[in-house]
Amino acid sequence: MMKLLILLVVVLGVMAIAQLARVYELTARLRGKREEDISAADNRMNARLMWAFLIAYHAFFLWLVMAYGDKMLPVAASEHGAETDWLLNFNWIILLIAFVLTNVLLFWFAGKYIYSKDRKAFWQPHNNKLELIWTVIPAGVLAVIIIMGLTTWGKITAPAGPGAVEVELYAKQFDWTARYPGADGVLGATDFRLINGTNPLGIVTKESIQLRMDEIDASIAGSDSLLANTIMADNKRAEVTEQVERLRRTQARIVNLRTVMELDIKEKGSASQYLYGADDIVTKDFYLPVRKEAKILIRSRDVIHSAYIPHLRSQMNAVPGMTTTMKMVPTITTDSMRTHVMKDDTFDFILLCNKICGASHYNMQMPLTVTTATDYEKWMAEQFKKPFQAPPADATPAAPAVVDSTTVTVPVTAQASVITN
Amino acid sequence: MGATTAHSAEHAHTAHHHHEESFISKYIFSHDHKMIGKQFLVTAIFMAWVAVIMSLIFRLQLAWPGEGFAFTSFFLGEKWAPGGVLDPNMYLALVTIHGTIMVFFVLTGGLSGTFANLLIPLQIGARDMASGFINMLSYWFFLMSSVVMLASLFVEGGPASSGWTVYPPLSALPQTIPGSGAGMTLWLVSMTLFIASSLLGGLNYVATILNLRTKGMKMTRLPLTMWAILITAVLGVLSFPVLLSAALLLLMDRSMGTSFYLSDIHVAGEALDHVGGSPVLFQHLFWFLGHPEVYIVLLPALGITSEIISTNARKPIFGYRAMIGSILAIGFLSFIVWGHHMFVTGMNPFLGSVFVATTLLIAIPSAVKVFNYITTLWRGNIIFTPAMLFSVGLVATFIAGGLTGIILADSALDINVHDTYFVVAHFHIVMGMSAIFGMFAGIYHWFPKMYGRMMNTKLGYAHFWITFVCAFGVFFPMHFIGLAGAPRRYYSYSEFPMFNGVMDLNVLVTVFAIIGALAQVIFTYNFFYSMKRGPKAVQNPWKSNTLEWTTPVEHLHGNWPGPLPVVHRWPYDYSKPGKQEDWVSQITPLEHDEEEH
Repeated sequence: MMKLLILLVVVLGVMAIAQLARVYELTARLRGKREEDISAADNRMNARLMWAFLIAYHAFFLWLVMAYGDKMLPVAASEHGAETDWLLNFNWIILLIAFVLTNVLLFWFAGKYIYSKDRKAFWQPHNNKLELIWTVIPAGVLAVIIIMGLTTWGKITAPAGPGAVEVELYAKQFDWTARYPGADGVLGATDFRLINGTNPLGIVTKESIQLRMDEIDASIAGSDSLLANTIMADNKRAEVTEQVERLRRTQARIVNLRTVMELDIKEKGSASQYLYGADDIVTKDFYLPVRKEAKILIRSRDVIHSAYIPHLRSQMNAVPGMTTTMKMVPTITTDSMRTHVMKDDTFDFILLCNKICGASHYNMQMPLTVTTATDYEKWMAEQFKKPFQAPPADATPAAPAVVDSTTVTVPVTAQASVITN
Repeated sequence: MGATTAHSAEHAHTAHHHHEESFISKYIFSHDHKMIGKQFLVTAIFMAWVAVIMSLIFRLQLAWPGEGFAFTSFFLGEKWAPGGVLDPNMYLALVTIHGTIMVFFVLTGGLSGTFANLLIPLQIGARDMASGFINMLSYWFFLMSSVVMLASLFVEGGPASSGWTVYPPLSALPQTIPGSGAGMTLWLVSMTLFIASSLLGGLNYVATILNLRTKGMKMTRLPLTMWAILITAVLGVLSFPVLLSAALLLLMDRSMGTSFYLSDIHVAGEALDHVGGSPVLFQHLFWFLGHPEVYIVLLPALGITSEIISTNARKPIFGYRAMIGSILAIGFLSFIVWGHHMFVTGMNPFLGSVFVATTLLIAIPSAVKVFNYITTLWRGNIIFTPAMLFSVGLVATFIAGGLTGIILADSALDINVHDTYFVVAHFHIVMGMSAIFGMFAGIYHWFPKMYGRMMNTKLGYAHFWITFVCAFGVFFPMHFIGLAGAPRRYYSYSEFPMFNGVMDLNVLVTVFAIIGALAQVIFTYNFFYSMKRGPKAVQNPWKSNTLEWTTPVEHLHGNWPGPLPVVHRWPYDYSKPGKQEDWVSQITPLEHDEEEH
């Protein structure tokens, strides 16, 4: 009933407008007026509206700035962030001058030179001197903007220094995981074929390789038994066979991975990244120490995501098949933000996903906690107790592991996955 | 009607050349450029309404997240809007198709397709395009492309949902989002047809403008609309094939097991076989078209504006040669700025710097054009036709949108606004306002040429002022939402207390969007009503100098009943000193003591 009424109102509204238009048309024709002849009254009305719009436009802009200026991002909480905020304000000043100048001239002229058949427009088809002036001045201003912008960009994108805190942000549909290098101070190598429930980031160690191989063996065995002992539709049989083929291919590549790893260790000795994965810390807690350079490595499991931390003015895409990196120096702790800046105990720095990645793109977030250096050390010491792989019983916790696969005990059992419908 | 110069000369001798025209050959499979232009326009208006309704649906969700609306369930049904609440996957599908339709079908097909086809032969003094048959094909590919795109709305997994930029792996793998199944395949098919249409059209436009100008129509006597459309066509011919290659590689990754864009992916519980590719490759290929594409969208609007401002200010366009130079500079530079869409992709930062420099450079010719438009108005004798209103409006929106481009071009600043509503504000103001205003201006101005009747002026005024106010009301607040850090393509912000302060702006935006959309009903009604029942037009209602106004009001195959016109001067002799009238048609010979500008 409601819908019918709304539809009726709309239709009647349209008809009303149509009839009004028809009335105007007919009266105009009665007066011998042609549609293309714009009356002096109409010209004046539009000219006045141009002037009114100029005022309203700037008033709207001003109102938005006043009402929402303080609801945008607070002071930047990183070193480069403070610089880019300054640069942004510098740009705004230039842009706003250009904005007001051009708009005022545009709307003022539009409203001022109303048509009169008793005069003619001023004949000036060109003025090359003027063209030169308003080409050179913007060029000069833009050159300044370019130089300043690129200087800052160069600093932001320069490689991190040697003492930087390293942490990896791992993105997948639809959450983030952080990985810290652990006691050995180096992030271990990863491979996506090792990903499973207990190794969500695909960290490479001799054990994780073996576990994955065993898991795949079990899956293949399960599927083979299914194929041998169960009656299935043809397409289902083809599906299961295809799956087995895929698993075998994955296995073959994991064997390759093992070879690559062994060669790499042989070649680089203790510099090989493959030796450092066991003590990595995989966690949902993302912590950074204040006033220390942080080097963030970013990876993705499935589609492009983006690590965006607006309060730190940092952003970098997470691209499957690549490791991207960004660096920053946080300058305000979470506590400080809560107490002094936001005056809100519930405040948290947020890492959010900023590249369309699927249904829950709008809720793919992780809080970031920035703490003092001492609190960070304390937190890290706790994290060292929860490495990716428990160390062998006889190894000292802080030593870089010389991997001896015969004595490792793994805290979790491999989960064989059986193919189900 | 494949016309070569010799053929045209032949036609010159036969006045009122009547082909025996059936309904089919006149309205459906027409080779006549004027009919083809109108076909593009009507198709684009229909597609625009589809995209507008989509935008209203997702704007309702953004203003009142999680609330059910009868409007939403009317269009989407229970599956995609249970209880009238928009489904998150369908949200992404709607923004994807909205963007695709608006950028390609409305602002490329509807702007270039309409005005290039309508105006080129008329403004250069030719009987028709170089090849009327290819021209007809370009419309039919456009129509087929539209049909396929609309068909994709009805597949089970929904239409393409990875944004109009369709980055892989999201767009390559159906396991990551349902719209990347059949919906994405149809999107790629539709775009292939669209690209074919654009290429066929573009080649025709370039060939015609370069080869079929009438006697006396030197390049430096061409109306600026022609210059703009020429450069636009060149841009299209050079850049659309790259999008085609991007699409073909994506098709191969999706269906043939290749790994152009894919590597190291673990999804839906398994490690995929694809190894060695890079998603960044797609972005380079896509944006190599993507950036020129936005100038393909914008340049015709700028050209149209030059014509309309000059005619309605009764004053020559200020700086004709500088305007040509700017169009050429913008055209050239548009090919070397694409990386500014990729500052945070993990691309080499040095490469990023190069793109910062080239992108900021493109601001210079853009600024020159704005200054020239404003100076044309200075001491003019201004008549406010609806077309003139939209043209002045275009300059205002171009100022606003162009200036925020400078912030986005600065990579250090882009870090914090990339993919936020700040970007959404910028591109909507330059495309959803400047370009569409150019299209509206062109429609109001050339309606008498298209349909031999006049659109209603008062309705035109209402349409302009409501649209102008509402469009600013929609897009200006988005700058603030973006500077608060709010990402684009988010179904809802209720999971983030940090955005609470700016969320009531979403309500303001949606309210303006609803009113603005209703204002387009006024236009649509005016357009279709006037087509049949508008007051009959005279030959040159705007007292304009260009050649199209020297053709008879009733459409003629071959445009001029007698021989082709001969051109003696540039198109901008308005209010020329020493002349009785405040306009002098291009076909008027110079007086014996008169100097040509």
